[in-house]
Amino acid sequence: MHKHERAGLQKDDLLYMYRTMLTARKIDERLWLLNRAGKIPFVISCQGHEAMQVGAGMALERGKDYLLPYYRDLALVVHFGMTIEDIMMSNFAKEQDINSGGRQMPGHYGSKKLGIVTGSSPVTTQVVHAAGYALAGKMEGKDFVCLTSFGEGSSNQGDFHEAANFAGVHRLPVIFFCENNHYAISTPLDRQLSCANVSDRAKGYGMHGETIDGNDPIAVYTAVKAAVERGRNGEGPSLIEAVSYRLTPHSSDDNESTYREADEVTEAKGRDSITTFAQYLKELGFFTDEDEQAMHDEIQAAIDEATDAAEAAKYASPESALLHVYDQ
Amino acid sequence: MMGTMNFLQAINLALKEEMHRDEKVFILGEDVGRRGGVFLATEGLYEEFGDRVLDTPLTESAIAGVGIGAAMYGMRPVAEMQFADFMLPAVNQIVSEAAKIRYRSNNDFHVPMTIRAPYGGGVHGALYHSQSLEAMFNSIPGLKVVIPSSPYDAKGLLKAAIRDEDPVLFFEHKRAYRLLKGDVPEEDYVIPIGKANVVREGDDVTVITYGLCTHYAQQAAAALEKEDISTHVLDLRTVYPMDREAIVEAAKKTGKVLLVTDDNKEGSVLSEVAAIIAEECLFDLDSPIQRLAAPDVPAMPYASPLEKYYMVTKDKVESAIRDLAQF
Ligand SMILES: Cc1ncc(C[n+]2csc(CCOP(=O)(O)OP(=O)(O)O)c2C)c(N)n1
Ligand SMILES: [Mg+2]
Repeated sequence: MHKHERAGLQKDDLLYMYRTMLTARKIDERLWLLNRAGKIPFVISCQGHEAMQVGAGMALERGKDYLLPYYRDLALVVHFGMTIEDIMMSNFAKEQDINSGGRQMPGHYGSKKLGIVTGSSPVTTQVVHAAGYALAGKMEGKDFVCLTSFGEGSSNQGDFHEAANFAGVHRLPVIFFCENNHYAISTPLDRQLSCANVSDRAKGYGMHGETIDGNDPIAVYTAVKAAVERGRNGEGPSLIEAVSYRLTPHSSDDNESTYREADEVTEAKGRDSITTFAQYLKELGFFTDEDEQAMHDEIQAAIDEATDAAEAAKYASPESALLHVYDQ
Repeated sequence: MMGTMNFLQAINLALKEEMHRDEKVFILGEDVGRRGGVFLATEGLYEEFGDRVLDTPLTESAIAGVGIGAAMYGMRPVAEMQFADFMLPAVNQIVSEAAKIRYRSNNDFHVPMTIRAPYGGGVHGALYHSQSLEAMFNSIPGLKVVIPSSPYDAKGLLKAAIRDEDPVLFFEHKRAYRLLKGDVPEEDYVIPIGKANVVREGDDVTVITYGLCTHYAQQAAAALEKEDISTHVLDLRTVYPMDREAIVEAAKKTGKVLLVTDDNKEGSVLSEVAAIIAEECLFDLDSPIQRLAAPDVPAMPYASPLEKYYMVTKDKVESAIRDLAQF
C-alpha cells in the first residue's frame, strides 16, 4: 500500500495538491522577477513551504473551517480559494486586492468570504485570534476547527504561549501549525529554541504535539487530518510542527549571504518538494513529463494574464485612505 | 422605574441587561465567574448565564486577543481587565489588532468588543493599581475610549459600548464604584458614544473634565455658588474621539477654561482638549487655559499622605476655579 492510500488520498487529490504547490511556486518566482524589475516593492516568499501548506490545507474543510495564516502562506491561501489574480492585485497593491484594497503589504491575507481571517505584521497575534474563533464556535455549538500558522521563531512570542494555554485549558479546536524553516530572518533554530522541537512544548499546554517532515505533503495531511478530528471531537487543540527549509532569503529586502552558506541552500533544494513530489507522482504513473510540462504552461499562462491585469488595474483613490476607521 | 444605585451596581445591571438582550454578548476575564470579579462588577452573572461568563487563565494578551477573534467571528465579547494597570501586556492586541482590523481589511472584518477596566487611585492601590491609562489610547484611530462619571452614565454608556460595532475601551474609576450613587432607570436606555455632556450650566468659568473628576467639579461648583462664582461643567464622557463641537461651545461660554484630570499632566487627554480650543476659539478666551492634574511622577504612591498629595480632590478643583474666576 502506498502512503497516499494509507492517508485516504486518491490520484486526483495528489494531482490537485501538486498543481496547487506548483501554482504557489510559480507565482512566487514571478513576484521576485517583478520585484527585481522594480515593479513591486516587496516580496515575502513561500518557497520551501508549499508541501506542508497544501498538505495542511487539504485536511481542512473549506467553507467551514477557518484559516488564520501568516505571511508565508501563499500556497495555503491559494488552496483556500485565493486566485492568481487576487494574489497579483495584492502584490501590486491595487484597489481589487481582496485582503485590504491595497492597504496592507503583500502576504497579509484576509477574506471573510473565504474563511481567511485578516492578519497583521507583528508576528503571532493571529494565533490568539484563532483561539477566539474557536471559543466562539464552541459557544455556538459549531464543529469547525481553526488552523493558525506561524514560524518557529514566532513560537517564542508571548502570544503563542497565551493562546496555546488558553486553547488547552478550554479544550478549543485550534490547530497550531508551526512552519519550521530553520531561520527567523538570520537567526537559526538553535538560537531560537533550547528544546529539540517546537512541538515538545505541546506537553506544557496539555495538548497533542508532533513534528513531521514538511517536505512530504502526505505526512502533513495525515497529521493535520488527525488534529482536525481531535478538534471536532472535542479533544482540544494540537501543535503540529512541519519541518522544511526556507529556500529564498527572508524577503526581497534580505541579504542571506551574511548568515548562511550557499551550500546549505543548495543541499536543501535537493529535498525541494516541488521536485520530490513530482517524482512520487511519476513513479506511481499518475503523471508524465508531458503532463508536467502542460501543467507548467497552463499555470504560467494564467500568471501572465493575472500579472498584466494587476499591472493595468487602478489603485484605490488617495482619499479612500480616510475610509473605514469606524463603522459608517 | 428608577432605582438609586451605586456606580458598580449600574455597571452590573448594564451587563446583565445586555446579556439578556443579545445572546452573542459574553464576558471573559480573570475571576469574573464564580468570584464575580475582584470588584464584584460581574457578581451574580455566572449564576445566571453560566459559561457566558468565562473565567480565563491569567493572560491579558489572550483576554484581548481571544475577544478580538470571537468578535470578528460575530460575538460581542465584554472583556474585563482586572485593573487598567494590567492592560499593558495586551496593548499589542488592542492597538495593532483591535484598532486596525476594520481599516486593514478594508471593512471586511470588524471588532465589536468592549474592554472594561477599573482605573484611577485613592483606594491605596499604589503604583500598579491606581493608574489612568486613557492618554495611552487617545491617539489610536479605530479605538473609542469611554469614561463614565455617574451611575446613570455608566449604565447608558456601557450598553452603548457593547452595542457599538467597533472596539471600545471602557474605563471605570474604582473609587467611583461605591462612592457615586444616583438614580438609574430600570428600563433600557443608551447614551451616545462620542458626545460630551453639560452637567452644569454656568457663566464665569468652564471646567472640562471626565470620569470621577466630574463629580469633584460638580461639588466644587456647588460650593462656589456661595461666593457668586458660576461654573459651567462639561463632562467629556468619551475621551477618544473627542466631541470637538461641545468643547468649543463650552470654552466660548465663559472664556475661562479649567481642564481637570486625575491622570498626570504631561500629555494627558487634556492636552488635546487644549489644542482643540487653541485651534478653534483662542480669541474667545479671556484667560490662559489652565490644567489641574496629578503631578508628573511615574505613578501614585501607597502611603496615605503621599496618595492624598497626588490625588485631584474637590478642594483642589475648587481653588483652581476660584483662581481662574479672579483672573
Ligand atoms: C513582534 C515582531 N517582532 C519582529 C518582527 C520582524 N520580523 C518579521 S518576520 C521575522 C522572523 C520570523 O521568523 P519565523 O517565525 O521563523 O518565520 P519565518 O519568516 O521563518 O517563516 C521577524 C523578526 C515582527 N514582524 N513582529
Ligand atoms: Mg522560520
